[in-house]
Amino acid sequence: MLILNRRRFLQVGSLASAAVLMPKFLKALETGALVPPGNKVLVIVQLSGGNDGLNTIIPYRNDIYYRSRPALGIKRETALSLNDDLGIHPSLDGLKALYDDGSLGILNNVGYPNPDRSHFRSMDIWHSASKAEEIWSDGWVGRYLDAQCNGCDKPTQALEIDDTLSLALKGEHNKGLALTDPGRLSNTSNDRFFKDLLQQHAHEDEHHNVEYLYKTMGETISSAAYIQQQFKTYQSKENYPGTELGRNMRTIANLIMSDINTKVYYVSHGSFDTHVNQQDQQARLFKQLSDALTVFTGDLKKNNRFQDVVVMTFSEFGRRVSQNASGGTDHGTANNMFLIGGALKRQGVLNDGPDLMNLKDGDLQYKVDFKSVYATLLDKWLGANDKMILKSDYAKLDFI
Amino acid sequence: MPVVAKKLEMQHLAWRAGFGETLPVISDWERRRRKEIVNKVLIGPKRAELESIDVINATDLPDYRRSKDMTAEQRKTVNEMNTQGIKDLSVAWMNMMQKSDHPLREKMSLFWHGHFACRTQNVLFNQQLISEIRNNALGNFGDLLTAVSKSPAMLQFLNNQQNRKQHPNENFAREVMELFTMGRGHYAETDIKEAARAFTGWGFDEDGQFVFREKQHDDGIKNILGKSGNYNGDDVLKILLEQKQTATFITTKLFKYFVDDTPDDTLIQSLSEKFYHSGYDIKTLMREIFMADWFYDSKYIGNRIKSPIELLVGIRRTVPMAFEQEETMLVFQRILGQMLFYPPNVAGWPGGRSWIDSSSLMFRMRVPQVILYSQVLNVRPKELTPEMGDGGNYKMTLQINDFLKRQFAKKVNARIDWDPYVQGYADVPRENLADTIAGVLLQQPGNIKKTLLEKYADTSSREGYIKTVTIDVMSTPEYQLC
Repeated sequence: MLILNRRRFLQVGSLASAAVLMPKFLKALETGALVPPGNKVLVIVQLSGGNDGLNTIIPYRNDIYYRSRPALGIKRETALSLNDDLGIHPSLDGLKALYDDGSLGILNNVGYPNPDRSHFRSMDIWHSASKAEEIWSDGWVGRYLDAQCNGCDKPTQALEIDDTLSLALKGEHNKGLALTDPGRLSNTSNDRFFKDLLQQHAHEDEHHNVEYLYKTMGETISSAAYIQQQFKTYQSKENYPGTELGRNMRTIANLIMSDINTKVYYVSHGSFDTHVNQQDQQARLFKQLSDALTVFTGDLKKNNRFQDVVVMTFSEFGRRVSQNASGGTDHGTANNMFLIGGALKRQGVLNDGPDLMNLKDGDLQYKVDFKSVYATLLDKWLGANDKMILKSDYAKLDFI
Repeated sequence: MPVVAKKLEMQHLAWRAGFGETLPVISDWERRRRKEIVNKVLIGPKRAELESIDVINATDLPDYRRSKDMTAEQRKTVNEMNTQGIKDLSVAWMNMMQKSDHPLREKMSLFWHGHFACRTQNVLFNQQLISEIRNNALGNFGDLLTAVSKSPAMLQFLNNQQNRKQHPNENFAREVMELFTMGRGHYAETDIKEAARAFTGWGFDEDGQFVFREKQHDDGIKNILGKSGNYNGDDVLKILLEQKQTATFITTKLFKYFVDDTPDDTLIQSLSEKFYHSGYDIKTLMREIFMADWFYDSKYIGNRIKSPIELLVGIRRTVPMAFEQEETMLVFQRILGQMLFYPPNVAGWPGGRSWIDSSSLMFRMRVPQVILYSQVLNVRPKELTPEMGDGGNYKMTLQINDFLKRQFAKKVNARIDWDPYVQGYADVPRENLADTIAGVLLQQPGNIKKTLLEKYADTSSREGYIKTVTIDVMSTPEYQLC
């Protein structure tokens, strides 16, 4: 009995009665770890549409910044101060708190050589982790699955909280699974007809694509059941915001707090495509982001899981340094990334802020290749072979 | 080589050279010689003047030269015309695929639409490009290549408007070599640089007409693929077509699209020789494929994953239907990952297994139920992002996203014309119905057991039985294949 951890115990017994009949010594564990520590998780938050990094982490002592953005610049006194040179957008007060608390790392000037300013091509590059001049049809998280999950019993190592799957999660052989609501996924895949189909398909087919489809269908049905079962074991008591991102972060938290084998969660937030009237739109989206992450990180802390989670945010590009005529900004290049977690080795502002003196055609020049961030997370956090997954050897960073 | 029944052969041809045919059509084909049917498929009906899918006249749109002087109101109108126009174009083309009596032309066009992948938010440019593609889809590849390369859509998309003597932009030259003709690894970086010089001056005017801007053209000597001369863009295309590698590259891609994901090098070599020596006649190449015995090998039959457009059009060709809102098709396209006029990148849709993941497969299997039982569409497609770098057109994308969003949790209302379909089974005895339906809809009919179909069938009437069995057969993994 004692060698079973509490999670297993709950699964073995009936859930409802277990709660009532739970022995006192187990109840005492309620405030302790739900899941054995060391089960590391990466949560990727995609800021879709090209978030304006300059108004995210604000170089509030820089005259060029204010000259380039007479109307759009965030005033020094409103920005939340991080250090002598940089402040953070006032709507990101939750992230400021994480910064004060030593749980936030800010990486500036992240990008890649020969940046592409088209949304979809640029997003492709971030998703596939290809070089700008290459086109790859699979994603970096997908290739992580290829490397880690051959013959995985439960192919739920990477989940996207969405109705459709992003390129990032599509590997050559393995793909992540997209779901918005574990209940809905389980209902859909529980269709009696589908289950009967699966059952009647027993033989090996000479047509490899028939096998592939049945394998995908079978995995979906069993994964849906597994996710739903895990999902039910923990329901957060925290008050998540009623926004889409808030709901999605709650789903992620519930799963992280269960004993599920998922290593990577993927969620999108947007759209940050702010060509006109940027200020209101960005502030609204930032507030949603900040509020959702505040509750999420609080939830993890309370359950002693914050040490095992890293949240990474990214956007396909930053915006131009100068504001445009419509009170917005056009597509730019280098940008910042947030890294959040209870186990960061380095925190705070991790490198120099934007160098507005050395622009290229009016755009920031990148200093850190985003693939280095991927390599660091794959290698140091997920314990995977980053060189194989990224098909190149990128320098590792020291934030974890 | 395992031989399959003639009926299955003809169904195979109907799917690969089109979007499937109904039982009466297949029964007719079955009685004729292969050569006769292949000819019919290749040439189409005699009277066929190409039916255009135009949705807008150049004169309907305001003068683009004046776009800088436009008022906000006028600009909004133009954006709306573009948004609506591209939606209309997508709907019109899908309808054409559904009803066309020359489906191979649409099928080939769909192939070229992915091969010459391009995004533009200008409805007129889109319309011109798709028209060139459809006109040349079964003609000469050199003509097609030239027409596409000179289209404003492509010149804009690949930045050749910015390719000037003083500041060459290599994007266009690179993609022409890498994606349109030879494929990676068969030329050097210097070939791209030199070809880019030859393409300098190729551009378009505000009316969407190709122009050669002589002042921006570099008329010096260029060295391309071992040849040198005072080349212009047309010369580069000619040089690229002289390379046998171009024939090999195109043939390989066509083989993967029309035959199998795994290329067979021996077959491809022989096909591409013939293609090259025919002077790149596409019809000749396709005849070679469709006439060959190996094309009807059982290992190829029913082993290809339908693209989302093939799946949707296939259902609609089988059971004719009209949607209350035809634009709903855009939502299906978006969820399934193939939106016409919005290829994922310059390389087009990768195809094959990339169409399938957990969510897309589950949705594909639910499509027949969603449409034919008018179920609620409870999948939210991902947002689209605007394409071009500047902000001028992004409102238009917001409008499309808004449209996609509004379809959530709505019922899909379609007027379904079941009669001709049900009629097609008039001669089939009741006890054979389930197997016959599976036999027509699936290329591997033996896989789905009759007992399973019976279990879920509406047995209260013959018509109800045919309908429910049809929908269930269409909801199987096997139906994803052709």
